Amino acid sequence: MRVLIPGISGGIARKLALRLKHAGHEVAGVDVRPWETAREAGIEVFRGDVRKRAAEDVFRRWRPEAVVHMATVTAFTVPGAERGRINLDGTKAVFDHCATHGVKQLLFVGRHTFYGAAPDSPLYHSEDEPPRALEAIPELADLVASDLYAATALWRMPSLTTAVLRLPYTLGEPGTGTLATFLKGRRVPLVLGFDPLFHVLQEEDVVTALHLALEKQLRGIFNVAGPPPIPLSVIVRETGRTVVPLPAPVLSFLMGRAGLPRLSTGALDHLRYPIVVDNRRFLEATGFEYKHSVADTLRIYREAAPVPVSSGVL
Amino acid sequence: MLRSIAVALSDGLDARVDRLALPFNEYGVDPYGISRKHVRDALRVFALIYRYYFRVKCHGIQHIPAKGRGMLVGNHSGGVAVDGAMVLTSTMLEMDPPRLAQGMVERFLHKFPVSSLWASRTGQFTGLPEHARRLLEDDRLLMIFPEGARGTAKLFPDRYSLVDFGTGFIRLALQTRSPIIPFAFLGGGSAIPTVFNAYALGKLLGVPYVPLTPYLLPVPLPVQLEIHYGEPLVFHGTGDEEDHVIEGYVAKVKERIAGLIERGRAERQHRGLSRKLLP
Repeated sequence: MRVLIPGISGGIARKLALRLKHAGHEVAGVDVRPWETAREAGIEVFRGDVRKRAAEDVFRRWRPEAVVHMATVTAFTVPGAERGRINLDGTKAVFDHCATHGVKQLLFVGRHTFYGAAPDSPLYHSEDEPPRALEAIPELADLVASDLYAATALWRMPSLTTAVLRLPYTLGEPGTGTLATFLKGRRVPLVLGFDPLFHVLQEEDVVTALHLALEKQLRGIFNVAGPPPIPLSVIVRETGRTVVPLPAPVLSFLMGRAGLPRLSTGALDHLRYPIVVDNRRFLEATGFEYKHSVADTLRIYREAAPVPVSSGVL
Repeated sequence: MLRSIAVALSDGLDARVDRLALPFNEYGVDPYGISRKHVRDALRVFALIYRYYFRVKCHGIQHIPAKGRGMLVGNHSGGVAVDGAMVLTSTMLEMDPPRLAQGMVERFLHKFPVSSLWASRTGQFTGLPEHARRLLEDDRLLMIFPEGARGTAKLFPDRYSLVDFGTGFIRLALQTRSPIIPFAFLGGGSAIPTVFNAYALGKLLGVPYVPLTPYLLPVPLPVQLEIHYGEPLVFHGTGDEEDHVIEGYVAKVKERIAGLIERGRAERQHRGLSRKLLP
């Protein structure tokens, strides 16, 4: 199968590309970021923005049969209006190109943060729930909107087999992603009096899940998760970091200062309330089994991203 | 001497927590975030209160299934959650093997620091149908007070009355084929003799109300409390029945709880304990 991966230069996307190549698929990608060693692995990377004409040319000439859309960003990595352009306009462009150039299958890689973190929401979120993230965390609005846009393809573009996957926080080596970035320092702040459950999925398991979704030709919306969730404090401690519990107003003021990670205001809710997903639908559809336990996942991250010697005031 | 008794007591409690049939992982946390450590710490405090402060008498514990799903459904008694805490402690201390009763609690509890953390880690989740259904499907033991916040708002003269019950728990019991174990909680109204509920103050603090007692704060008095569990009630149906059918089932549960309250009070009077603040 000819698989095109927009956003191929990201950490997980690279691993997926290599896995698919190893499994005998033809793999190419589109990204504004370089991947210097891709050609050595037999993977072609077209430099460019998925929203631009050059990207459409890739669809026209390379004729992918399947697309794994991983060219979305979180509020944590890209601020402001640019994020909206990448997530919303980029997603629309990918779907348009798929429709125009006869792509048969599309995986949209979304986030479990779609459901939002709130004190009164159910602990386990099912795929049928509305996006509460929109109410509490405006910084996630563009990601949520692109997830919803992707979901409309299920009835808008019936000839395209679309799967919307909502992935939890991922950890692995070299330690990229929202959670990995949050854990980078020696000391990690938590909101005093709260310790939410977090889902973590090792990057290799994420790749397995995406690979399975592609091979099983999933259609629909699916939550993806691995081991049962664990408290954030356990994640912090087991990755060798030190928990620094701070009252919410103090933490809100200190974010991005004194060596603490920068977080959007709304993201503070993620440090108070859990977002746990019910992945039964995905398990039934794919038979997915995670290989890495939580302990494994945290150990791998700890070894790949050792505790820095010093980090700011804290 | 006292120290050795305390150590022996906590050892016994720890063993009880270890015997809980919950799927704790390598970090002592189950898939719902219930933590062995937090349950252990909470039980150490609750057991002392249960045994030595309230000297709780528990009757009919054999009616609670040793395993599998079940709903403990009872009356609210007392302006704060003394009833829930003591029912939870009773299933941990009096059952063999022990079971953890998981309460469906008011929404505000999870908004605040510390209370949110401890409620989550001891399995006390917001009273949402999603939570209740999932837990029952996982064969857990649920604790439900169908009177809701209005039940805890009863004033001292009304302490043994029952206010209107919600109906959702019956539909859920039918849908999940769960037995309902009715219980009566006696004495909470005397432990916290509420004379006035300060709703405006409650709104200010983000809670439904603040119960005020003759001595102002809702600090529980050392009243002897009683829990009377009744025989399980099993209703048959799909949960899609007409409202009047469901209301009929609710009335049966309410009647059974009222009967347990009356029987408990009568037995207590018969034992000549009426001067100890209860009934």
